[in-house]
Amino acid sequence: MTFFLVASVIKIIVVFTVIMVGVALLTLAERRICAWMQDRLGPNRVGPQGLLQPAADGLKNLLKEETLPAQADKVLFLLAPAMSFVPALLTFAVIPFATPLPTPWGDVDMVVANLPVGFLYILAFGSLGVYGIVLAGWASNNKYSLLGGLRASAQLISYEIAMGMSTVAVLLLAGNVTLSEVVARQAQSIWFVFPLSLAYFIFIVAAFAETNRLPFDLPEAEGELIAGYHTEYSAMKFSMFYIAEYSNMVTASALMTTLFFGGWDIPFTQWDNAPPWTVLKTIATLAAFCVKVGCFLFLYIWVRWTLPRFRYDQLMALGWKVMLPLALGYVTVIATALWILHAVLGWSYDTRFGLVLFVLNVLLAIPLFFGLDRGHLVAGSVAEERA
Amino acid sequence: MAIGVKVMKRPGSQVSYLRATLKGMALTFSHLWRPKVTMQYPEEKSSKDWTLSPRWRGTHRMLTDEQGRAKCVACGLCPQICPANCIKLVPGEDEHGNRYPLIYEIDEFRCVFCGYCQEVCPEEAIHVGVHYENAEYSRDRFVYDLERLCAQTHPVSTLWDPSDPKGE
Repeated sequence: MTFFLVASVIKIIVVFTVIMVGVALLTLAERRICAWMQDRLGPNRVGPQGLLQPAADGLKNLLKEETLPAQADKVLFLLAPAMSFVPALLTFAVIPFATPLPTPWGDVDMVVANLPVGFLYILAFGSLGVYGIVLAGWASNNKYSLLGGLRASAQLISYEIAMGMSTVAVLLLAGNVTLSEVVARQAQSIWFVFPLSLAYFIFIVAAFAETNRLPFDLPEAEGELIAGYHTEYSAMKFSMFYIAEYSNMVTASALMTTLFFGGWDIPFTQWDNAPPWTVLKTIATLAAFCVKVGCFLFLYIWVRWTLPRFRYDQLMALGWKVMLPLALGYVTVIATALWILHAVLGWSYDTRFGLVLFVLNVLLAIPLFFGLDRGHLVAGSVAEERA
Repeated sequence: MAIGVKVMKRPGSQVSYLRATLKGMALTFSHLWRPKVTMQYPEEKSSKDWTLSPRWRGTHRMLTDEQGRAKCVACGLCPQICPANCIKLVPGEDEHGNRYPLIYEIDEFRCVFCGYCQEVCPEEAIHVGVHYENAEYSRDRFVYDLERLCAQTHPVSTLWDPSDPKGE
């Protein structure tokens, strides 16, 4: 028991620190990658290659004046940054990031809390993030902030559904809601991104919407809403929203890695999957996990600096008319396919099983992507001319 | 349905969402590796794409003769022609009858950098300079006196000549 407590406290502190440092570096990465994409250099003055820029930004934010609008709801105004910041970090608690670490007192699971209901926990806390944004928008007593908050609530709730539906397919295939079991299932055979490509597509679109990143950053929409829900925030409270946004990105990337890209699994090898656990295995799998998460974080930044923002009606049309029916239909198809493969043909999950499902996905994807590409499903301007 | 949204009737062959997205992402990715246009200012002050024009009219410089005295003969033409009235000149005369400026001050805040003072100067004494880094800690430091004008070392500008528009 003592061992469990000590190990948990150490894991909490380490994971928290790593995420905070990661988030700080991510703000720098965002600015530098954006600069490179625009043929600029980006911040490179503070420290080698600008590595200390986040520290300088943080110091600046600590020293800046905290403003409090006279008409703001003080309690909620102060609470909102924490409300968006805490769920973003909490979600990471159930994500397994490496193989267990052997210590003289026993193996330590490389996950802060190995919850049996890990997946449900993620869905629950993922939805809590919207409260911070909505409360910030409402408590600011500013019409632009309120609009941003409303947009955020509508958007997050809409895409939450598609996200949840897309992950049902993962649960069907894994047969378990414990994330470490999901990872173990993928490590044994084939990553879920192949048998569930379309679920992954839905999930990544929904994840972009959930994290309020372009092309779904309507709650911020600096052009029309003047930064939306955080217009009235300054200094460290503003920073908290930023940290929340980037922590959300880290968590969403970790989630995509865990659910679809095998978590800490090193591809094409089996030695990392089974006991006896060694420190080397822990380090190697941790590195694999970090590389995968890093790729997704790069994808986030890459997409942000490429795509323009959706219009609000397009966002809603995509969420409700495309993503939700697609996710529902996909769950049905996958459930049927799984039933046929498992019950009728009597296969168990292995590489062959995965490849058959992959072929099914490709067959479904071709007409879907054709329709999406031609604008049959979400048109640039959907309004029909009324006579 | 959004109200008042303009509807563009586009033929299906022109519509592309996913392909356009992928194309855009390929473009931004290719830009990651391209040479950057940023000129890192305090270290680099000119690049192959940008240099300060030789005709740039910046803060003034008074040229001096071999003895280090200002070439100015206090003829009074520059304060006369100055449209901003920023040159203060009090002439003096030494025992040989040579005129020289007792006080020669240019208020760089009033100056409009038209370059007339350089153009009108018969002795080629006062010049506008190819120089732009003028930051100071107080406003009164922007009134340049004769000593300071003589101490400037930056290159002077070549004024535009209508008969030789390209400066050849």
